[in-house]
Amino acid sequence: MHGEHADDGADQARDPVDDAATTRETLSRRGFVRLATATGLLLGMQLGRGERARAAPAQGTGESGAADALAPNAFVRITPDDLVTVIVKHHEMGQGTATGIATLVAEELDADWSRVRVEYAPSDPKLYNNLAWGPMQGTGGSSAMKAGFQQMREAGAAARALLVAAAAKQWKVPAREITIERGTLRHKSGKEARFGALASPAAKEPLPKDVKLKEPRDFRLIGKEQTRRVDSAAKCDGSAVYTMDVKLPGLLTAVIARPPTFSAKLVSFDAKAARAVPGVTDVVKVPEGVAVVAKGMWAALEGRKALKLSWDTKKDAGLSTEALLAQYKKQAKTRGARAVEHADTKAQLAKSKQVIEAVYELPFLAHATMEPMNCVAWLHDGKLETWAGHQVQTLDHQLAAEAAGLPLDKVELHTLISGGSFGRRANPWSDYVVEAVHVAKAIGGRAPVRVQRTREDDLRAGLYRPLYVHDVRAGLDAAGAITGWAHTIVGQSIQAGGPFEAMVKNGIDETSVEGVWPTQYGIPNMSVDLHSPKLPVRVLWWRSVGHTHTAFVIETMMDELATAAGKDPVAFRLALLGDKPRHAAVLKLAADKSGWGKPLPAGKARGVAVHESFDSVVAQVAEVSLTAQGKPRVERVTVAVDCGLAINPDVVRAQMEGGVGFALSAALYNEITIEHGHVKQSNFHDYRSLRIEDMPHVDVHIMASAAPPTGVGEPGVPPLAPAVANALFQLTGERVRRLPFARRAPKQA
Amino acid sequence: MPALDVNGTKHEVAADPETPLLWVLRDDLGLTGTKYGCGVAQCGACTVHVDGEPRRACTTPLKAVLGKQVTTIEGLRSKSGKAVQSAWVKLDVVQCGFCQSGQIMTAAALLEKNRAPSDRDIDRALTGNLCRCATYQRIRAAVHAAAKTLGG
Repeated sequence: MHGEHADDGADQARDPVDDAATTRETLSRRGFVRLATATGLLLGMQLGRGERARAAPAQGTGESGAADALAPNAFVRITPDDLVTVIVKHHEMGQGTATGIATLVAEELDADWSRVRVEYAPSDPKLYNNLAWGPMQGTGGSSAMKAGFQQMREAGAAARALLVAAAAKQWKVPAREITIERGTLRHKSGKEARFGALASPAAKEPLPKDVKLKEPRDFRLIGKEQTRRVDSAAKCDGSAVYTMDVKLPGLLTAVIARPPTFSAKLVSFDAKAARAVPGVTDVVKVPEGVAVVAKGMWAALEGRKALKLSWDTKKDAGLSTEALLAQYKKQAKTRGARAVEHADTKAQLAKSKQVIEAVYELPFLAHATMEPMNCVAWLHDGKLETWAGHQVQTLDHQLAAEAAGLPLDKVELHTLISGGSFGRRANPWSDYVVEAVHVAKAIGGRAPVRVQRTREDDLRAGLYRPLYVHDVRAGLDAAGAITGWAHTIVGQSIQAGGPFEAMVKNGIDETSVEGVWPTQYGIPNMSVDLHSPKLPVRVLWWRSVGHTHTAFVIETMMDELATAAGKDPVAFRLALLGDKPRHAAVLKLAADKSGWGKPLPAGKARGVAVHESFDSVVAQVAEVSLTAQGKPRVERVTVAVDCGLAINPDVVRAQMEGGVGFALSAALYNEITIEHGHVKQSNFHDYRSLRIEDMPHVDVHIMASAAPPTGVGEPGVPPLAPAVANALFQLTGERVRRLPFARRAPKQA
Repeated sequence: MPALDVNGTKHEVAADPETPLLWVLRDDLGLTGTKYGCGVAQCGACTVHVDGEPRRACTTPLKAVLGKQVTTIEGLRSKSGKAVQSAWVKLDVVQCGFCQSGQIMTAAALLEKNRAPSDRDIDRALTGNLCRCATYQRIRAAVHAAAKTLGG
């Protein structure tokens, strides 16, 4: 099914057990960012080892002529059929990372873009380390372009050097006289050859010791509109293979009857009727519940329906969103762990001309990816294979091995594209992978099995963006300048209670406060407290993590302060961004392009927000009206983004458009509510999602930049909800402090 | 019992006639381009054509389509279908792509009836097709682009 790792020799043997054990102790997205200086040592021709052009591991479809292939490192393979295959170490969940990585490799190769293909790398934390937050293989924190910018171009440049060396030898001309354009090497003598024709001879050349990368002015693919997505065609004709579509001989399908509340315990179950359903092959108890295994999904579902289950849910009887909100609001008035403390906050607030006080409520949110969580697991011949949208391969690998009771080298991951993640597939429990291994084990490895969650299973399984309450007091002096800011956040820690626990320092989980503290603004006398209550509801990062709630609070409060100070919201912010030229420029660009300050027809208003996340800065101006029912209608959103060099401008635009839509979905409708331990929502009828008629027109403006690339998958999300709320205030005079907007009482236009 | 006709090929399937068409397509016929997203006709990821009309395969029992023509994304050959697919690729509509088979099937059916749809027509036709990546702006643009190539 796939090739072997090339043998590098015994001295190159790696010890993934040690690697993974170490990383589990210390891992955190932020922690890894801090390690960036250390991992920087890995940059520069760390592209896999060996003197000779080694065979890159091949996986999935598209394997062609590996024996004659030029595969000088773990990231690129050129075959005699003239295809350039880029091996992508990241997980493609829609964000366009595969296109970006391929662009970087192909740029330095001067490859013919129409002959570039991608495949997804096997699990190998050393070869495929995420240089932004490793040591481990994984995708997240909008990091792939930032982390891969140097390494992927070097991978392409190394392959290029070998092709040139082979051509020079064949043509008996100096290498420096050879040029490459769109996959063809040429010499002024008239000689020319395609990559495919030189792949085999190039593989015999010694690897270059160093390579020279192009100057940006020479880019032909990076930053160019004609460099289109690599995965569009297969996603438009039904041929793209997701985990749901994996076909294996004898593959079975399983669904799991899961606990109805977060800490419910199974008392007993009767599987007689379930076993009698035609097509059901097994009913097995697993740690996650009771799995019904069948030949096909329908039989599995019918079998599950026929199960008789008895659960003890007493422990969760008191768990309700409303009670939690009441408790959080009380807690917000008490002293918590201090993210930052300024001795003068209290005194400055006391002598302020005006103090604005506000309490914000932000709900639990589910990721609700279009493809509900699933994984195929196959235990055979003393090994385990898994097929899934493996987002953090190193974690999935380790946890799957633990669940199977196998050493890491007996576990093989196949990373497939997924139908969305938004953070859901990167989790320290690898929940949907581990449960598939449990079921595979429970049926004794008799056949490969896909554990498929239904929409209801997925929506009710927890791993939500936490519920948060913010309590803010901010003061203004007579001139309308901010005097002090006291801010308390209450909400579960995403990193506590799991392998990321070590990253919670002095009671502060940075992912709970990021966006409030550190602040992008020159706010004087700021103090930020945090309470991190513990609940049986598991929580997780959700596209843009802490910024999902902090940007809403900060950017609506900024608007309130601007109004109280009698100042224009853009000018008020700019005055606080004196030492942040990137932020100021992005804010000005969005304001200019949106026509900020120019009159709008009656019944329409603009709102603005600007926020930095994942090293990118995004400003948005939302143009909003009210429907006849008094509900907000977002008609237009103008986006300005500074993400450094835009490798694929159209992918950047797509991520901004999608970020706006995803955030608007949450702002308008999304909310998970818990009553007596039960999740009220179950499917898209009550976990309503943005539909096409709700989608505003989105204009995206990308700041020209020569700085290294930064993230775009997440940063489009944070400014949207506050920009819309600020526009709503202009229309209604009412401040929205509770999301989603659907919860506010509609006001007539 | 009449045969199941999918993409012009007749199949004898042993499945219970109450089985939703979605699972017959995916599990019995191996046609996995049609996706499961909700199971209750709320997301449109499973949209196929039954005698040319868009239908949600997840809530359509097998017995309801016997003797009728079922078309899935794999068998989309109509002029409007091809125009929609190529507009989708040209504008890089997709992100995760999981909903796009359903979006394309719905859009193709719309263009069969309306060669020059307005934004409002597009919104009405596609309101049942969720996209969590929110590719809606490009979906609208691609439907217009496809309509243009069809001479609408």
